[in-house]
Amino acid sequence: MNPNYSVATQSSSSTLATNKLIRNTYTLLSMTLLFSAGTAAVGVMMNLSQGMALGATIAAIVMLWFVLPRTANSAMGIPVIFGITGLLGLGLGPVLNYYLAVNPSIVMTALGGTGAIFLGLSAYALTTRKDFSFMAGFLMVGLIVVIGASLLNIFLSIPALSLAVSAAVIMIMSGFILFQTSSMVNGGETNYIMATASLFLSIINMFQALLHILGAFNNND
Amino acid sequence: MDWIQIGTAIFLGAMLIFIFPSMRHAVKNAPKGSNKDWLNYLMIMVAVGLFIMFLIQMV
Repeated sequence: MNPNYSVATQSSSSTLATNKLIRNTYTLLSMTLLFSAGTAAVGVMMNLSQGMALGATIAAIVMLWFVLPRTANSAMGIPVIFGITGLLGLGLGPVLNYYLAVNPSIVMTALGGTGAIFLGLSAYALTTRKDFSFMAGFLMVGLIVVIGASLLNIFLSIPALSLAVSAAVIMIMSGFILFQTSSMVNGGETNYIMATASLFLSIINMFQALLHILGAFNNND
Repeated sequence: MDWIQIGTAIFLGAMLIFIFPSMRHAVKNAPKGSNKDWLNYLMIMVAVGLFIMFLIQMV
């Protein structure tokens, strides 16, 4: 009986495609993170105002929603993703300046902590190859809830609510990292630029939330 | 309330409006997880929470 080579070929070609996607995604993610760190440093050194930082963040989100989906399947997607991550990094300037003035170790601890959480979750999703697609609805609802709570807290200014939102952001972004990584492994995501954008947003939101939590508990000492 | 807070509120409101259809689509079409799947996620979140408590002690 002749073995079914076509099945083996399909399996190995899809495995190759998945491995290529994962490699391209993490390569682009590391480059965009470095670029974003550079623009964040520029924002810190320029002592960027809160207004400029907000403008940069809004411009990044507009590009993410309206420009990136149209360019993700072409070579233009690369400069667009660098533009988005650069603007988001620039927008971190005032926040980093504040926490560097309070206690520089907060920024370093938040950076290291975010990296460790991301590496741990990614390694878990990649090695176990579990399917986390069941979390999509829960994560999107959670995202709506934290955005709504943040919006409410602009008017209420309750510190405890702000901390609770930050804690929820970390949990939700952790979930998004698991979800996005398992999507790449299991074939749900095939575009490395969109995967990079999703992972980058998870990392930067987690970093900001961790900065806030560490800063709050540092002040309470 | 200064204009930065107003700008941030408008931005967050716009985000809610844009993300809402995606949320509805995800809730309707995402596969349902088993109790074991959710317990797995919960254990991972407990580990993340413990790690963050460790980071708080370090600062």
